[in-house]
Amino acid sequence: MNVAYHAGFIAGSFILLAAISVPLTRFRNGSSVLYALAAVVSGLAMLSSMAALSRGVSLQAVLPFGLPGTGMRLELDALSAVFSIIVNLAAILASIYAVGYGRFDPAPRRVLPFYCLFLLGMNLVLIADDAFTFLLSWEFMSLSSWALVVSRHEEKENRDAGFLYLVMASFGTLALLFGFGILAGESGSYAFDLIRERQLTPFAASIAFLLVLIGTGSKAGLVPLHVWLPPAHAAAPSHVSALMSGVMTKVAVYGFIRVAFDLLGSPAWWWGTLVLVLGGVTALLGALFALMQDDLKKLLAYSSVENIGIVFVGLGLALAFEANGMNAAAAIAATAAIFHAFNHSLFKSLLFFGAGAVQHATGTRDLGQLGALIQKMPATAVAFLIGSVAISSLPPLNGFVSEWLTLQAILLSPELKDWGLKFAIPATGALLALSAALAGAVFVKAFGVGFLGRARSHAAIEAHETDRFSLAAMGAAAMLCVLAGIVPGLFVDGFAPAVALMTGAPMPDQSRLPWFTLVPMDVNRGSYNGLLLLLFILFTAYGAVIVIHQFVSNAIRRAPPWDCGYPDSRPQTQYTASSFAQPIRRVYGTLLLRARDFVTMPPPGHVRAATFRVEMRDLIWEKLYLPVSGSVLYAAEKLHPLQFQTIRRYLSLVFGLLVFLLTVLAIWL
Amino acid sequence: MALTALTIQFLQMLLVLALAPLLTGFVRMVKARLLRRKGPPLLQPYQDLLRLLGKHAVVAENASWLFRVAPYLIFGATWVAAALVPTFASGLIFSWSADLIGIIGLLATARFFLALAGMDVGTSFGGIGSSREMMIATLAEPAMLMIVFTLALIAGSTQLSVIAQVFAMDGVGLRVSLGLALVALILIALAENARIPVDNPATHLELTMVHEAMVLEYSGRHLAMIDLAAMLKLLLYVSLIGCVFVPWGIASPTSGPLGYILGLLLYPLKLVIGGVLLALFETSIAKMRVFRVPQFLGIALMLGFLGTLLLFVSRSF
Repeated sequence: MNVAYHAGFIAGSFILLAAISVPLTRFRNGSSVLYALAAVVSGLAMLSSMAALSRGVSLQAVLPFGLPGTGMRLELDALSAVFSIIVNLAAILASIYAVGYGRFDPAPRRVLPFYCLFLLGMNLVLIADDAFTFLLSWEFMSLSSWALVVSRHEEKENRDAGFLYLVMASFGTLALLFGFGILAGESGSYAFDLIRERQLTPFAASIAFLLVLIGTGSKAGLVPLHVWLPPAHAAAPSHVSALMSGVMTKVAVYGFIRVAFDLLGSPAWWWGTLVLVLGGVTALLGALFALMQDDLKKLLAYSSVENIGIVFVGLGLALAFEANGMNAAAAIAATAAIFHAFNHSLFKSLLFFGAGAVQHATGTRDLGQLGALIQKMPATAVAFLIGSVAISSLPPLNGFVSEWLTLQAILLSPELKDWGLKFAIPATGALLALSAALAGAVFVKAFGVGFLGRARSHAAIEAHETDRFSLAAMGAAAMLCVLAGIVPGLFVDGFAPAVALMTGAPMPDQSRLPWFTLVPMDVNRGSYNGLLLLLFILFTAYGAVIVIHQFVSNAIRRAPPWDCGYPDSRPQTQYTASSFAQPIRRVYGTLLLRARDFVTMPPPGHVRAATFRVEMRDLIWEKLYLPVSGSVLYAAEKLHPLQFQTIRRYLSLVFGLLVFLLTVLAIWL
Repeated sequence: MALTALTIQFLQMLLVLALAPLLTGFVRMVKARLLRRKGPPLLQPYQDLLRLLGKHAVVAENASWLFRVAPYLIFGATWVAAALVPTFASGLIFSWSADLIGIIGLLATARFFLALAGMDVGTSFGGIGSSREMMIATLAEPAMLMIVFTLALIAGSTQLSVIAQVFAMDGVGLRVSLGLALVALILIALAENARIPVDNPATHLELTMVHEAMVLEYSGRHLAMIDLAAMLKLLLYVSLIGCVFVPWGIASPTSGPLGYILGLLLYPLKLVIGGVLLALFETSIAKMRVFRVPQFLGIALMLGFLGTLLLFVSRSF
């Protein structure tokens, strides 16, 4: 099969869907029909990618449009196919979810067309085989997702998020544009085949690498380029948030892998160190910021920042191993990165679906208004719980497997010779462990405050279970999380062709091992079996239940909560989201977030209420972004007089500039 | 052959379950004697558990299913983790199903559900316990992982059986990094098991309590399961320190029946020594304020990190 059919089918169907979406909304259930069709198209796109991956061939095509001379080049190789499966799998889930959820959309016409175009843009980025097509699709993806972010533009918060996103996306694309410019060189050969053949000087390669890291990193949410991500992901409708957080960040990861591993050839020694450290810092700060959020969707978005950090740690390790010629170790690190990207697309989609269901059921996503939803939304609660366990990288679910593989790769790294890496890698390992533990706290907070305890508002008491389609999507995502946790070997084998393309050698074949064990190198070095662990836990736990209920007692007596003798019926006396985070805020936040608590107590005898206020500062925003935006405003202010001139002045300015540039050119040459 | 291996694995599972309350009782007894009290009898924990099992479970009116399921899950995960640590024999038939990182992961899973259970009823004590437990975990887990790195870099494996065999047979010698790891592991073991100076297993109604605050709403068989899991966890950590730092006498698959008998005899001895040392330590130190705990565990994190860093610099440290 030709990749042109693949691309043509996706492009044709999604453009058609976008076109019919607006008239379709006139009908009852029109949006549901459209989302169902989008799910079918995504499903077919996924099947086509799976077929290409399993046949192990790379499909290429050149279409007669795009850049003159280059044409529109498309290629579906193993790397594209793996990411295409990740993207389209999550797109299927999000579309099924939206079959139910989309019905409650107040303005479906602002969402539906762009939703289809967004899916199209992401698919095209993955199969682009020349820089022009890549950038065009990339920008297509950015702009369509921007339209989705501002779909609820009535709220100022969403408009601000959209503006920030637009600025950062443009900045990222600009960096990518220059990066590809350097890759193409003077000859201007934008086809990826020609870029691969070119031998760049180490300096030029490094500049291109940095530019691409900035461009893709800003889309993926690497610190310090992550600031746009939480507000934008929180502002979009929930199924779009799931796609942006779960999938679009993976497209960015794909872009980085494509350039850093495929197009640039052999990496310089410090590239890996840089990516590794950036990833570690991103993971830590993402988790810490996530813990400080009271808004459920912002919490999830910051947790995406954390997970992207983990993915980039894996990629940095892979680069470092590759630079030192340790391809087997590089394969483990690269597998860990791709596996974590896959896992994150699953559980993050699942959690955003849950957040959307909660928001629809209660009208709020402020954790301070929720509580006890496990009673009112039992199925959503189970799915959200599975997602929480998975994302906290706890065995036996899938988040643990990719984290474990990353740690196994770290343990192979003392063989590396660079001294920078010898210090950076253990430090990154510690950061990774810290962020994993913080992620656990984040999701104890999210689930514990949102779903457990007593309801904190009337809305939470009145909450109701969400619709069948949303539940089906959440259930499928939860099952996939379990499946990827207990039979990780199958997934690792599936990613193997892509890993071979990245690092030159895949991980050893896992399919022959008994009981789906995962053995990265040698069974004596370390192995993991999620299936057995799950069975053991279930057997022992269930065995205990059976034995105790059978032979001792199974009587339950319901009574008021004891609470050490001081029960208080007001739900306000429970721990809130902010008070849950207080111990950790006090331990880590005083340094990293400049968190300070202000307590004012009225003097004895006064009846004034006591107040409590927490102040936190985002140092990255203050030290990096505010100066830049301030100087832009200052420059704009200064240049303002140029705006209202006569035509003579303008012409003389143009003339002056021309003379200046010609003079520069004359001196230069 | 496979049958013998299965029997030994099964024996190990039963052994840890049977010995866990005994170890807790022993530590309590030694502590009492050190304080010149008579203290409860050695077998008291068994009686406590039996009594709790027989009682009605009193469950808060608004408690969800999670509250009732969590004790069994916590017990299951902790038991599986404890059964994977080599006690009297290494190289057991299921030891490859989870390495040391996996064992830590299982304990983290148990903790996750315990913290959730603490928040389920929506009382202020439950919240205080859960939030503090997670704060302690954010320090203890990375520190523990650094220790794993240290051990794994020396032994060339994260597999606990292999680590024990390498340490017992090949004579890794006295190493700076191992010393750092031992100190760090003891600090973490104290924090993870809610022992003095981090937490006090014998208090109620004290604002510094962590573990007891989380399980405050539990009673009857649910409380028995959680208590048993806590006892298993204590046994796990003592066994872990034993199998890594005093690995002598642990039988390996090649050592024959005599080796297994020797292992079975030596293992209780190691537990006794560990229990006495724990009791001695606990009676000679005061409980610290909860916000001193980060500094306490920060030491463990730094020591573990230093050990790993030394090994990255040179394999001979």
